Amino acid sequence: MTTTATTASPRGLAGLEPALNGHQPGWLGGIRRAGLEWVAEHGFPTLGDEDWKYTRVGPILDVPFQPAVGGMKHRLSASAIDGLAGDLGGTRLVFANGYFAPELSTLMALPEGTTVTSLASVLAGDAERLEPFLARPLSSQHHAFTALNAALAEDGAFIQIPPDATIAAPIHLVFVSDAGASPLVSSPRSVVHAGARSQATIVETHVGSGGVYLTNAVTEVILEDGAQVQHYKVQDEADTAFHLAALHVRPGRDSSFSTHALALGAAIARHEVWVKLEAAGAEVTLNGLYLPDGNQHHDNPTLIEHVAPRCTSRQLYKGVLGGHGRGVFNGHIVVGPDALGTDASQTNKNLLLSDTAEVDTRPRLEILTDDVRCTHGAAVGQLDEEAVFYLRSRGVPHQQARGVLTYAFAGEMLQLIGVGPLRSRVESKVAERLNREDTDRETFR
Amino acid sequence: MTDVSSEVREFASREYQYGFVTDLETDVAPRGLNEDVIRLISSKKNEPDWMLEWRLKAYRGWLTMEEPTWQKANYAPIDYQDIIYYAAPKPKVALTSLDEVDPEVLAMFDKLGISLAEQERLSGVAVDAIVDSVSVATTFKEKLADVGVIFCSFSEAVQCHPELVKRYLGTVVPRRDNFFAALNSAVFSDGSFCFIPKGVRCPMELSTYFRINAADTGQFERTLIIAEEGASVSYLEGCTAPMRDTNQLHAAVVELVALDDAQIKYSTVQNWYPGDAEGRGGIYNFVTKRGKCAGVNSKISWTQVETGSAITWKYPGVILQGDNSVGEFYSVALTANHQQADTGTKMIHIGKNTSSTIVSKAISAGHGQNTYRGLVKVLDSASGARNHTQCDSLLLGGDCGAHTFPYVEVKNPTAQVEHEASTSKIGEDQLFYCRQRGIPEEDAVSMIVNGFCREVFKELPMEFAVEAQKLLSVSLEGSVG
Repeated sequence: MTTTATTASPRGLAGLEPALNGHQPGWLGGIRRAGLEWVAEHGFPTLGDEDWKYTRVGPILDVPFQPAVGGMKHRLSASAIDGLAGDLGGTRLVFANGYFAPELSTLMALPEGTTVTSLASVLAGDAERLEPFLARPLSSQHHAFTALNAALAEDGAFIQIPPDATIAAPIHLVFVSDAGASPLVSSPRSVVHAGARSQATIVETHVGSGGVYLTNAVTEVILEDGAQVQHYKVQDEADTAFHLAALHVRPGRDSSFSTHALALGAAIARHEVWVKLEAAGAEVTLNGLYLPDGNQHHDNPTLIEHVAPRCTSRQLYKGVLGGHGRGVFNGHIVVGPDALGTDASQTNKNLLLSDTAEVDTRPRLEILTDDVRCTHGAAVGQLDEEAVFYLRSRGVPHQQARGVLTYAFAGEMLQLIGVGPLRSRVESKVAERLNREDTDRETFR
Repeated sequence: MTDVSSEVREFASREYQYGFVTDLETDVAPRGLNEDVIRLISSKKNEPDWMLEWRLKAYRGWLTMEEPTWQKANYAPIDYQDIIYYAAPKPKVALTSLDEVDPEVLAMFDKLGISLAEQERLSGVAVDAIVDSVSVATTFKEKLADVGVIFCSFSEAVQCHPELVKRYLGTVVPRRDNFFAALNSAVFSDGSFCFIPKGVRCPMELSTYFRINAADTGQFERTLIIAEEGASVSYLEGCTAPMRDTNQLHAAVVELVALDDAQIKYSTVQNWYPGDAEGRGGIYNFVTKRGKCAGVNSKISWTQVETGSAITWKYPGVILQGDNSVGEFYSVALTANHQQADTGTKMIHIGKNTSSTIVSKAISAGHGQNTYRGLVKVLDSASGARNHTQCDSLLLGGDCGAHTFPYVEVKNPTAQVEHEASTSKIGEDQLFYCRQRGIPEEDAVSMIVNGFCREVFKELPMEFAVEAQKLLSVSLEGSVG
């Protein structure tokens, strides 16, 4: 591996170039160049872009990032990872600054034919296997950050599940950043390919031990006919970090996909989900919980394109906003002219806890045929004073009563998590976060 | 059940009922727009210098602006130099009573079913009838003057009440608010002016009919309504326009100002020529309407029924500045054939305990594209703000579209904002139920659609409610979901 780190120009991200390590297939070089050309031509998004209307990327672009390179030293141990990301009992792949760290990872026995490995190892040994996934990226809807990921990504997880296989234990992907003194950008790219009628659970955890860094991740999930994949994502980056992620999903006929995203950390975080329903009868569920406080900014754009008939999509996003936190829900459903029998719903609920928090919600529906059932709803409000009164009348102190009700609001999302160890871990994380907000909020009645 | 697509086709081929051209002598400005044309408009109207200056400033602002493209509408580029910006019907003599009004004008109103004479005698509605931008007759003026209400054409207001116009013009929609508002500010030809003094409850519903008559004449009305402390008024606006081949641009501006405890209710029925079955012709309706609840406890309510125009692009909004002020928006928008409507509202909550209600009903048929686009913004000063939004869309046929783009921005933790929306096709069960009881399919559709819109219709003044229901039934002839 090369050790000559590319020097970042004063322009920060815009000046980055891929640290090519010499032994790459030609098609991959083309993709990288195309990514960089895209960024050079279109530039980075501004508030003028409808999809970025509420998220200012200026603070990210101002940082003189260096790209993370493979083989960099890290100061992490397996037990440190347990503490940061938890042990869910199954296979765990750990990526340090975006690069696979085998010494921190655990591999369990998996059904025959299953591949759970790092993207870099496949690129080095059997690159052609990746071509169908990388050469035709799922999303034609590039923006500068996904283009940059295409240009810079060298590693990430590669999971391929054979038809009819069932993987009971969750596959845990841990992305840990350890930036040290100079700002780092890591660009993990992960691919999950679930064979026909296979079943699996994937958990992505993004954590950091501090410093200024940017995680610019792209995860692609391809489900063949009848596959069932549950995806969880816990974003618990350091408060000084930036997190930009895109999850692109292509469900097959009668397949079922669900994702639950929890946003806890990062100064600016954007978790984008894009699902293209091109095969009939698929079902997708998108859930999200975001808890910005301090000066955090959490943006949650979703785009579900109903192209094929008889697909179902469900979205439920909830936000609890404290401090100077800002939350954004930017949901978008497009029902194409041939998507007959579409059933789509989209709900966003927000709880504002402080005078200085802000929420912007924009549930959009675009419908081009008549045989549909689409609903969406958004609400912004505060705790039910009668419920607070009820608890107080039974001797629960004011602060605590509010805390219980706030937790109950967020708790609905946690109940939906099907992986036991993950749920209990996340529950305590959320409780800890809401307690922190409670003590910060003493002046607030 | 009848074949759906043939029913829809039948609906799509419905003829525009109000298409006729009245031959009036018009006083026309040369095509195109420059400072000379603005000076011409201003001098034709014998305006004071400050008004001309205001127009010129708006024009210079407009020159620096770009036409917006974000709305969900497709249309050929507009050549602003190919538009006639001023046309006034030539009154034969100075008018003192209805008898002196051009008989052709009267006949045209008769055709439209709003004979002035009849209205004056029977309905008790004061009509400020406008044909191609200039008021030709104003009724009930004396009666209104008795209580101190000023209701006149905009040009007359500039002449007779310059201090009021000067004080309020552009305070709600600034000259450079947006591209079309700036254009309007530069070239507006006429419109209505209404002033309700302190404590007066306007004794009658005020009404004005705008009609587009001369070919290729853009219409740029400007309406200004001011309700002083404790005053209240209900204002009705209705439109039909003759059939045309080339698109006509219509960029109106409406400004409402409500001071302490004042109430303004503004109702619109818009039925301009929507273009033919292929989407040729039809009016471009790019309108800026905004009200300001400047005083405490004030209330502004918008009600609109939009069935016409090739493209409708309007967002009647309310700036809720005074504490406890109330904003309302009730809308029915119907798009058929190749009509496109991008409409909604903006509710800006600034004062404490302000509340707003939005009810939007969209009906799409044929190749119609119907978009609700709304903004609810709660600033950090707006403690206790409340909003409830309900947008429902009904789809008739597989080629139409219904879109919902709400924006909710909240910066105050005591605010309560709710948005609900649903989109579905007309209920098969409901249709079946009606038909089973011997109600023809067409009547059943009309009944269901009218029921779907009932929440909005009940907000309309009685005269308009009847007209609106009739309009919708006519529009739905032969359509079925």
